[in-house]
Amino acid sequence: MVEKTQMQNVDVKDAWEGFRGKEWKEEIDIREFIQDNFTPYDGDQSFLEGPTEATTKLNDKLIDLKLKERAHGGPLEADTKVVSTITSHKPGYLDKSLEKIVGLQTDKPMKRALMPYGGIRMAKGALEAYGFKIDPETDFVFENLSKTHNQGVFDAYTSEIMKARHNKIITGLPDAYGRGRLIGDFPRVALYGIDRLIEEKKKDLENCGDGEMTNDIIQMREEISDQIKALNDMKIMAESYGYDISKPATTAKEAIQWLYFGYLASIKQQNGAAMSIGRIDSFIDIYIERDMKRGILTEKEAQELIDQFTMKLRMVCFIRTPAYNSLFSGNPIWATLSIAGMGLDGRHHVTKTSYRFLNTLHNMGAAPEPNITLLWSDRLPESFKHYAASVSIASSTIQYENDDLMMKTWGTDYYGIACCVSAQPIANGMQFFGARANLAKAVLYAINGGKDELTKQQVGPAYEPISSEYIDYDEFMKKFDDMMEWIADIYVNALNTIHYMHDKYYYESAQMALKDTLVDRSFATGISGLSVAADSISAIKYGHVKVIRDEDGIAVDFKADHDFPRYGNDDDRADDIAAWLVKELFTKMSKHHLYRGAKLTTSVLTITSNVVYGKNTGTTPNGRQKGEPFAPGANPAYGADTTGALASLLSVAKLPYKYATDGISNTFAVTPTTLGHDEKMQEDTLVNMIGGYMRKDGHHLNINVFNRDTLLDAQAHPEKYPTLTIRVSGYCVYFADLTKEQQDDVIARTFHTSM
Amino acid sequence: MSANPLLNPVPTKDGHVVGYVHSLETFGAVDGPGIRFVVFMQGCHMRCKFCHNPDTWKTRVGSQMTTEEVLNKALPYRSFWGDKGGITLSGGEILLQIDFALELFKMCKEEGISTCLDTCGQPFTRREPWFSKFNELMDYTDILLVDIKHINSDEHKRLTGFPNDNILDMCEYLSSIGKPVWIRHVLIPGITDNDEYLKQLGEYVKENLHNVEKFEVLPYHTMGVHKYQEMGIRYRLEGVEPPTPERVKNAEKLLEVDRYQGYKDWYPGINTLDQQPS
Repeated sequence: MVEKTQMQNVDVKDAWEGFRGKEWKEEIDIREFIQDNFTPYDGDQSFLEGPTEATTKLNDKLIDLKLKERAHGGPLEADTKVVSTITSHKPGYLDKSLEKIVGLQTDKPMKRALMPYGGIRMAKGALEAYGFKIDPETDFVFENLSKTHNQGVFDAYTSEIMKARHNKIITGLPDAYGRGRLIGDFPRVALYGIDRLIEEKKKDLENCGDGEMTNDIIQMREEISDQIKALNDMKIMAESYGYDISKPATTAKEAIQWLYFGYLASIKQQNGAAMSIGRIDSFIDIYIERDMKRGILTEKEAQELIDQFTMKLRMVCFIRTPAYNSLFSGNPIWATLSIAGMGLDGRHHVTKTSYRFLNTLHNMGAAPEPNITLLWSDRLPESFKHYAASVSIASSTIQYENDDLMMKTWGTDYYGIACCVSAQPIANGMQFFGARANLAKAVLYAINGGKDELTKQQVGPAYEPISSEYIDYDEFMKKFDDMMEWIADIYVNALNTIHYMHDKYYYESAQMALKDTLVDRSFATGISGLSVAADSISAIKYGHVKVIRDEDGIAVDFKADHDFPRYGNDDDRADDIAAWLVKELFTKMSKHHLYRGAKLTTSVLTITSNVVYGKNTGTTPNGRQKGEPFAPGANPAYGADTTGALASLLSVAKLPYKYATDGISNTFAVTPTTLGHDEKMQEDTLVNMIGGYMRKDGHHLNINVFNRDTLLDAQAHPEKYPTLTIRVSGYCVYFADLTKEQQDDVIARTFHTSM
Repeated sequence: MSANPLLNPVPTKDGHVVGYVHSLETFGAVDGPGIRFVVFMQGCHMRCKFCHNPDTWKTRVGSQMTTEEVLNKALPYRSFWGDKGGITLSGGEILLQIDFALELFKMCKEEGISTCLDTCGQPFTRREPWFSKFNELMDYTDILLVDIKHINSDEHKRLTGFPNDNILDMCEYLSSIGKPVWIRHVLIPGITDNDEYLKQLGEYVKENLHNVEKFEVLPYHTMGVHKYQEMGIRYRLEGVEPPTPERVKNAEKLLEVDRYQGYKDWYPGINTLDQQPS
């Protein structure tokens, strides 16, 4: 026993040799370790290296596999029997002899895992959609013996919630799949090794509760025990690949491999809506710097590690039903990778490894994953901003988020982006993801007395509908207020149910094992149709809107007598309505009880689901026709922003992040020639545009740089553009993987141009 | 010599000069350094055959705005201008409303905003009192975009209706006072896309102008042609197609545009009167 402890100490001393600092050694604290040891880099990109031969070979193989899948119209292979767990599968490789970083979700690349704990029907439906059939024995187990999250939720849902869900006023709820959006503090595996993490969790279990076994304590003790099991399983999984991760990593290669094993455990266990990798550039950089000082790693080798690790993130896949794909096209998993940003001490976190991650886009071409998110601050070095801008211009694969705003709001510099755009403290934050409420529909419910304009069912409370020929603004606002109260109520209660059941039946023990035991939870609600709702209210207020009703008295069309201000033109009359909607819904939801003491947040983010939400919503008073897509996220409605790109940005920047801390997504498309006549001018313009938006407290910006003609050509000739990648709301996707409707939607969006 | 523009009375309102504004562009990224708020003024005497904005030709029409009103329209966009961007006054021909330009740029400088003047130089004269006014304007101008439409004065007259002598004189004058410029040249097949003329222009700029931060070839395009139809004016370059990318490259080579890279490190205030060589 004594001998073993000494052994451990020797290992740790070796692994930590050359690292500064004290606190992080005594307690689990990655942030302190980074602060004590990272090296900010102020230079430019000239040190970067191209791909190694091995990387290129592996990458070609992967692209080939992806194109085969696309040609086939879905996954080529899927597990139909073995239920995915951390240890369920034998090791898998793309090409063992070439891979520097190893580990796959199943025993073969891109083979989909069977993940029924979110919901067996969803899992079966996904298999059947692509011509697979679930193994009868596994089916029997989940239909009869083992309950899933989905079953639990539907056992508890009220009929009112069911009706609201069915009529798509609240929609996209994570009640049949993993809720995702948790960032494990994956570097813990590398810095401490699994044994130390288990030791700490055991201490936490010891200290959990004072003897009074309340519901909360019982739940927490069970969860910690599950976490310890997950940590043990991680060791077993790593062992099957020939690695002992019970001890800390000793080199950069090991550090990346160790932290990837932590991530791999998460994606084997969970098919969450977003499975983010976190903010790891400074952490990895510390190990690379140390190896280089020791003379055991060259720049070429360092880049190879980053390239191949990134390639693993490009390979993460889940099998989804066609309905899910129509919401979120292109099989996104939001392996969001956050880079750069500032530290609270005023030092920036641009390291050479931040550059290396961007360089993967040159070395392996553009790809949707990982979802690269640059945490932007005015104080980042200019050389890095320009390099990022050049990558954006070349590949349209980066999103930018306001680090100054998030650091201030969340009170920490060790946060990452948890899905598409939502911030999350990595060490001790988690969130209950909650999809979104359709505010455009709420406007119609207010007019129609709670009746759905498409199904004609009484969904909301049966208040008096508006019966006059012209809509009176004051009358409308009173009814709209009542309807918002109702939505807030039903939405929050649906989410309370979902997260109770998710904790119970599909707890994320792997990710939570890599976080502090005591976490802060946020209750992440969301809004869709914001610009449509805002413009509709503006129409009612300023446009003198006439209602056209069908034989059942349902409003099916509207005519505004005068023009009215629209959100997206830096016109306060309309922009203030949009900002008010965000604050108002938030305020109404905050009256309610939130599961596990979570803190309310909201988002204005739709991803690609703006198309489906629009499809399910009737004609709105702003002139948008029935079935037409909403604008994505917080974008102004299509064609509404007529006074230029910057006015549009200024409008979106007015939405209060304070109330929408889960994120305000803005997707921006601009043609290259609008940005400038040459590369240098284009970079300058992009840097100033992003900087200007962030200085105005804008939160998030997707940057797409291309011509509409390119997209039209790519739609007509997909074979010419196999890897054309574009940014949609909060993620990146191969254009060819979008549905026809979604492609049309992207093409129809405002492209900012000037003459 | 053309009529002295200063003889026109200067309209004012609320104590500020009023200008005839054609339109405003909030996001100009190709109208000078950085992101710029571009004010297109109404009125131009030249009648360039290739002009894609014939709707800016007529003088004393358009919306009348004071300098203060224009500045207030621009200020919300300030956060996007960074350390190079600002306001560009363009046209039409801005020098036809020189009093407006002078007052607006003075106000910009009080606010610390970078100023850029986009002109073809046609009104330029060393006659007084215009020349003094121009000199004063230069005190408040950080940089100019100058179009040289054609290097050959006869060809210039055929193309625009005016010879280029006073325009080249302006270029040389700006060089002598160290005022930075971007030179621009529209490449039109059959008219300016001519190796001999391009070489002449390249030589001229290299030999005579020492203040060129950037030299741009702007390929002729037909995107403004519909305006002629709408306005019922005959379009005189009917059938002329935009130059091929190869011809654009050829022109860039002959003009030696790569020599002029100063714009990359240029910041407002650099190489102004204070720093002119003695």
